[in-house]
Amino acid sequence: MKNLYSRGEKAFATGSGVLLAVLAVASLLPFLLIFMASITSEESLIFNGYSFTPKAFSLDAYYYMLAQAQVVLRAYGVSIFVTVVGTGASLILVSTLAYPLSRPDFPFRRVLTFVVVFTLLFNGGVVPSYIMWTRVFRLKNTIWALIVPNYLMSGFSVLLVKNYFEKAIPRDLIEAAQIDGASEFEIFFKIMLPLSVPVLATVGMLTALVYWNDWINGLYYINDPSLYGIQQLLIRILDNIQFLKSGAAGMALGNVVVELPSAAVRMALAVIGILPILLIFPLLQRYFIKGMVIGAVKG
Amino acid sequence: MNSRKRTRLKLKKSLPLLLMALPGLAYLVINNYIPMAGIVIAFKKMDYAKGVFGSDWVGFDNFKFLFSTPDAWIMTRNTLLYNLAFIVIGTICALAVALCMNEIKERFFAKYFQGAFLLPNLISMVVVSYIVFAFLNTDTGLLNRTVLPALGVSEINFYSQPQAWPLILLIVYLWKNTGYASVIYLAGIASIDPTLYEAARIDGAGKWDQIRFITLPQLKSIIIILTLLSVGRIMFSDFGLFYQVPMNSGPLYSTTQTIDTYVYRGLMQLGNIGMSSAAGLYQSVVGFVLVLTANYLVKKISPENAMF
Repeated sequence: MKNLYSRGEKAFATGSGVLLAVLAVASLLPFLLIFMASITSEESLIFNGYSFTPKAFSLDAYYYMLAQAQVVLRAYGVSIFVTVVGTGASLILVSTLAYPLSRPDFPFRRVLTFVVVFTLLFNGGVVPSYIMWTRVFRLKNTIWALIVPNYLMSGFSVLLVKNYFEKAIPRDLIEAAQIDGASEFEIFFKIMLPLSVPVLATVGMLTALVYWNDWINGLYYINDPSLYGIQQLLIRILDNIQFLKSGAAGMALGNVVVELPSAAVRMALAVIGILPILLIFPLLQRYFIKGMVIGAVKG
Repeated sequence: MNSRKRTRLKLKKSLPLLLMALPGLAYLVINNYIPMAGIVIAFKKMDYAKGVFGSDWVGFDNFKFLFSTPDAWIMTRNTLLYNLAFIVIGTICALAVALCMNEIKERFFAKYFQGAFLLPNLISMVVVSYIVFAFLNTDTGLLNRTVLPALGVSEINFYSQPQAWPLILLIVYLWKNTGYASVIYLAGIASIDPTLYEAARIDGAGKWDQIRFITLPQLKSIIIILTLLSVGRIMFSDFGLFYQVPMNSGPLYSTTQTIDTYVYRGLMQLGNIGMSSAAGLYQSVVGFVLVLTANYLVKKISPENAMF
């Protein structure tokens, strides 16, 4: 059967491989640039600019960051807290709403599903929502401002989980449990949740990524630097590199006050911002593709 | 009497389910529905002392002011043209990548390529703005210090050159989104019946013929559906791409201002709640009409892909 493939087809396959290899390298080069820049000496950066092939290496930027560790660690702490609490709360809200909507014998199923779908079609915009969260709920400059507005529950996640409950979990199982006298809560916790680990993991991973990468809630609701997450710290420092100095005035390395290696520190910070994503990238890739495929089949 | 009793019994039985749904519904009411009622702000002269619902009505004044400024035209034009470019060029690139990915049979390479294309999609726009800054800034940027001198071109201050940004933002968009968009098309190609290709080969069809006469026609409905869904979102832009990547630079507004950035700046930087909420409502209403139209068309083409 091999000879069924013409020479043209083989050439196309080879060409595809070469093209994709080039594109894949191009896709990763920007990451290499910021990494190389972060380990270049400050003099070399000032003289030659950011480059893939630094003339002189130096880890000064990372030493400087280490000395300023409390600023970065605090921001990491805020981001981790927001991501863990936000994702956990989101999974509870999404699954407890998705379950009743997935039950064909639930009388309010159609109208409540519409209530969910409509949030995907129309929104009041950021002005009313900003006024509500700041004036009524007084979330400005509280950690909850990073968790509660916008991201705690998305209609897409609800529909995704509802769909999974309907398609992947046999009706008979629920009916059998009902006959055995199990309450709705028991059915939900002992049957639905354990059988839905794949979809919950996917939705959880996507939600966690949203929280980790979010900076827009911070932009609207946080001015207090002690509540900065990692993304907001990055924004603040890109605007004004001097912000880092304010953490520990006149920091010293070996009793010598060190000049801020600002060009290199900027890029070291970007590396520190990407690091957690890189660490769990294989996991993210798997769930991301899975989520896209489930989501694309039925939104 | 009997039927009322049955209804009561049914309600009582579904009470636990209703209780379970309550927290999620409460969040939707607060986060989504109350702000919908807040769109009245667009028709008021907002006064915090009087509150949202106590402020004076001004009819369509906010809209009249908004549409008498050049801003309304600039942000609408930018939002539509960028989205149009993203839809057309983005779809072509994603299709091309998917067609090539389909040729990669070794699992290791397929996974490596996919990972390389996906990574930019998973990082925040803040990190993207650092990367763009590393390329474009005047003091240490790769373009200004290495590439342009090598070409004999003098320094360009990108952050004050509005005409450069349509291309820059298009490249950033493609770099960040193509890999992700190609995944759906790749799944579509994988589900095409292989016997179609075998039959074509026996008839002597080359690779280009196969793509033109089998692959693309088979993908037609996916392409149309994804395009329609994007058209439904054409009034909305990625706030981070247009605000954070150009580093909120004032001289760039003529080519980077979109409706989303205008609403943010009006509310948070200029304190112009009237204009800002008018622009937001304009976006929501036109967007709503477009989404409904898009969904109606999707439903006609393939009912199972419609949202509702």
